[in-house]
Amino acid sequence: MSELYKVAIVGSGPAGMSAASRAAQLGLDHVLLEKTDHLSDTIFKYQKGKHVMATPSQLILRSDQEFDAGKREDILERWNARTAALGVNVKYNAEVKAIRGTGPAIEGSIQKIVTRARDGSTTTTEVQRHAPPYAIELANGETIMAETVVLAIGTQGNPNLMRCPGADLPHVTYQLDDPTAILDEHIVVVGTGDAGIENARGLAEDPAQGNVVTILNRSPKSANVRESFATAKEPNAKALAEDDAAGKLTIRYETETKAIEPGWITLNTRDGEERIRCDRVIARIGSAPPRGFVEACGIEFASNDRLAFPTLSPQFESSAPGIFVIGALAGYPLIKHCMNQGYDVVEFIAGNTALKPADEPLLEAKFASLPGSRSVNDWLEFLRERVSILEGMTTLQLREFMLDSDARFYPSGATVFEKNDPGSSLFAIADGSVHVRLDPNDASKVVPIPQGSIFGEVGLISGRRRGATIVAAQDCICVEISRNAALKLQSQVPSARRAIERISIERQLLQMFGSGLTSGDVVEVVETAKILSVRAGDAIIREGDDDKDIYVIRVGSMIVEKEVGGKPVFLSYLPAGSYVGEMALIDGGQRTATVRAAIKSEVIRVDGEAFGRVLAAKPALLERARKDMEVRRRTNAFVESKKDSFSGIVDLYSEQAKFLVSQGLGEATDVLLIDERLCVGCDNCEKACADSHDGLSRLDREAGKSFAHLHVPTSCRHCEHPHCMADCPPNAIQRGPDGEVRINDTCIGCGNCQRNCPYGVIRMDKVPPKKPSLLSWLFFGKGPGPGEPPARWSKKNTHYTGDPAVDEALDRKKAIKCDMCAGIEGGPSCVRACPTGAAIRVSPDEFLTVARLENEGA
Amino acid sequence: MASIAPRRRTGASRERTSTHEGFLAHRDFRWLKISAALAVLLIALYIWVPLPAGHFGSSWLGYTLGTIGALLILWLTMLGVRKRAITPGRWSLKAWTSAHVYLGMLLIVVGTLHSGFAFGWNVHTLAWALMMLVIVSGMFGIWVYASLPRALSENRYDAEGAITEKQMVEAIRSLDRQIHDAAQPLDAESAALVNRSLEEDPFAGTFWNRLTGRYPRDATRTAAAELRQRRAFLPRRADDPLDKVDALLTRKEAMLSRMRRHLKLKTWLQAWLHVHVPVTFALIAALSAHVVAVFFYW
Repeated sequence: MSELYKVAIVGSGPAGMSAASRAAQLGLDHVLLEKTDHLSDTIFKYQKGKHVMATPSQLILRSDQEFDAGKREDILERWNARTAALGVNVKYNAEVKAIRGTGPAIEGSIQKIVTRARDGSTTTTEVQRHAPPYAIELANGETIMAETVVLAIGTQGNPNLMRCPGADLPHVTYQLDDPTAILDEHIVVVGTGDAGIENARGLAEDPAQGNVVTILNRSPKSANVRESFATAKEPNAKALAEDDAAGKLTIRYETETKAIEPGWITLNTRDGEERIRCDRVIARIGSAPPRGFVEACGIEFASNDRLAFPTLSPQFESSAPGIFVIGALAGYPLIKHCMNQGYDVVEFIAGNTALKPADEPLLEAKFASLPGSRSVNDWLEFLRERVSILEGMTTLQLREFMLDSDARFYPSGATVFEKNDPGSSLFAIADGSVHVRLDPNDASKVVPIPQGSIFGEVGLISGRRRGATIVAAQDCICVEISRNAALKLQSQVPSARRAIERISIERQLLQMFGSGLTSGDVVEVVETAKILSVRAGDAIIREGDDDKDIYVIRVGSMIVEKEVGGKPVFLSYLPAGSYVGEMALIDGGQRTATVRAAIKSEVIRVDGEAFGRVLAAKPALLERARKDMEVRRRTNAFVESKKDSFSGIVDLYSEQAKFLVSQGLGEATDVLLIDERLCVGCDNCEKACADSHDGLSRLDREAGKSFAHLHVPTSCRHCEHPHCMADCPPNAIQRGPDGEVRINDTCIGCGNCQRNCPYGVIRMDKVPPKKPSLLSWLFFGKGPGPGEPPARWSKKNTHYTGDPAVDEALDRKKAIKCDMCAGIEGGPSCVRACPTGAAIRVSPDEFLTVARLENEGA
Repeated sequence: MASIAPRRRTGASRERTSTHEGFLAHRDFRWLKISAALAVLLIALYIWVPLPAGHFGSSWLGYTLGTIGALLILWLTMLGVRKRAITPGRWSLKAWTSAHVYLGMLLIVVGTLHSGFAFGWNVHTLAWALMMLVIVSGMFGIWVYASLPRALSENRYDAEGAITEKQMVEAIRSLDRQIHDAAQPLDAESAALVNRSLEEDPFAGTFWNRLTGRYPRDATRTAAAELRQRRAFLPRRADDPLDKVDALLTRKEAMLSRMRRHLKLKTWLQAWLHVHVPVTFALIAALSAHVVAVFFYW
């Protein structure tokens, strides 16, 4: 307890390091505490050569440290050099155990910490806050005194530890820095998340290293890797399964560790215990968030939600006076934000209270076009007060939220968006109100949406085009929340998620049952409705059960099966937007079929009793439901009657339906199917595809899986919730009016979509030069002929101009995928150009019907 | 027990079908019915309409049939352009193929009636003969299209689903690499045998080889057979490198024969076009000569 620092910074990641650098630059008396023996452990642990991105690109960097997108090594090297040059006082190997105030107790400032035990019981501990200076206790027993503390420890937390006997042995490790440095070892990797899979594959990649790698998975083996490796990204899981099949490594399913001893490990397997050689255990079983430690410092969190962040002042000060929280722990995972915050927080501590955050000019520009000149802070307050879903946000969260969103003014009568416009953003009304037009031709048929509410949530959830036209009923100010910002909002502010869910449930029910139903009629139903997440293959309704609830499929799709003669027979396919389960409610009796998720889905469970009361009150609705039911009942009867005489065909049909679902039809909206009894292999579909789209084919006919003469080629399925859309930096992947998922010209060629697509249908390529016309090929043999030109021809015929800007564009690879020939009269070329009728494009709900049974000759 | 959500589509001008219907059965055999009706009508006209004897071609019915026939030939030839010109529009190549097949067969009736059964050693009969050759080759093509695709698809199947031609080639290459490694301990003569298999181009072979699927002088089979023979005279020992090479060569043979079956089927699916298309052009030439001859010299 020698010295009293002005500021102690805990954690040397981008945020902490930037803060310490500012402190050094300002000549503040400071210390930077780092748990490990190097700076910025999170980035240090990135795999070698990883490209680090510098988003958001519009944000200006304000720090004494440099940062730009680049290789991990270059970035770390620059930071290390700069930190040394600035003379930052770094204390390595200084793991902080506790932080407590040593001043007098602050009256009335008591922190309640609620801990939840495994059995669901909670205990509340009260912590009396004490004023600064703070005593920072280190793991090695040392204590450091500081007037203020900047907590920048990130969310990485501490890895979850193995619990079995022998888990404390030195060869049990929790990370792997360089897989190529390990030779001739028996290694057991525990955990099949992305980290575990990457480690295991890295260790087994080069057989010359002589490693024997085993990876333990608690889940059972399944043909669908998404089921057996639920926590990993699908491409990773697939690659692992391939390595296993190739004998490079071993995956042990349904296996856990029982005990570890030097050189050996004992496993609990489905078939009993097994002891295998093991020189090294790498456990990648997740990490515990640092919340417990943070709360013990007297820092309050916004809610009990697992994803909640600490409550902070606009200057990042926590509820413990003098302790500031910045970086990922404060809710900012991006490096640039973190570095700016480090700078700002130290400026504030040094007494510069007039400093505006680095995003101020960006926000000023956002609000510039709105009527009434307010400051940025006033506008933020205005939005928070008036928009119900933004209420729970802190000023900091709101600032960041607004960077991804737009505030707009619409004069009375202006159209916000038209029906069938593309768009997946959510709108919130801060001032004024809007009208939903029910009839495009009649401006008087409208439903009002008041101030404070939201609209556009259907586009947000389903990714489809707008369902109705929205017009400003009076002068109004709306916030357009981009899909990314809306998703983040829902994860950060639980109350916002509930508000959005409630509104979307109500609107979905009203839209689905339509006719004469008002929101007043469904209040009880909406109150009791619950959104459930269903894993692929799980059943929501089981044949023979007695429950009466109704399910609305919100996301994903379901298949209906019936047990006939001891085997499940596929009955029908239900896409998102359908409801199921009303038969038991209307007719009473047991469930007549099993309904299970084809892919990971979300359903709204509507209470049967409550819905029954709505049905009783609305005879028109009951009539409609009965009609829908009749169709299903006929299908049931048809399959039952066929089963006796044509059981082989029913089996084949059932098996084929299962095959198609496993090939992604469960999430498809439009898929190319080839009947191999008709396909002569002429590849005219591929040629037509190339000739309709810049000379590049977006389908590979021969590749892909087949079952019972039905072939699913490698071609886009136009998923309900496209995997490719998930991580597109320029947001270049959109859904078009016919449901096609297409990539527009803003593609930057990063390849994320290609990696994310589970069906391998996206290719990265450059557009070949234009070919001579078909006639000049037919008559004079000019050019490469129909279809995709060979790479050699393209190379020879690419005419570089010498202007680097133009040449770079010629060489740039972009993501290419099927766009269902959008905008081309006649529809998909692959189907039009098939000479034998082997190729058709279908949507699963049209194709997966019992009508197929009849066509197949039953 | 459920309802399907209504689907909204805008601007879609495509025809949607959700079942596979082949080109022969297109639209419930629409073109077969049209062609058959036309054939019956034309034959009836030929029989019942009174016409001057001899030189039938220059009668009004003869001219009509000739004009129809010539235009039909030109239109049928246009399938080759339609197939390759992927223009926008609501056309379907399947519909074209269906019409091509049945109207093409109608041409037997049209052309033969137009000849008035007057055959001789002249350019006119040449045109007719070429036409018949084209039609017969086309009928063979129909048979091939109707029967071989199943075999093509079955040959590509394996436990994992289906493998592509590219994967077959890759599998052979990978086996080649393994054979190369396994053959290192062999003596010079055996190694030379193995080497012949490695140097063999899997795509080599004449058109005849392709068509029959027979490759009598296949180096892989020869190498495997000779190695086995040589081994019979050698003392048996455990861990014989010849065992490994033998096993690999057997696997390569299996994959090679699978690929050759694939190539054979593909060749049959395409070979008839090598008659059908060039003879069509010969036909058009002969037809032009016939038309010119008729108008100038008849």
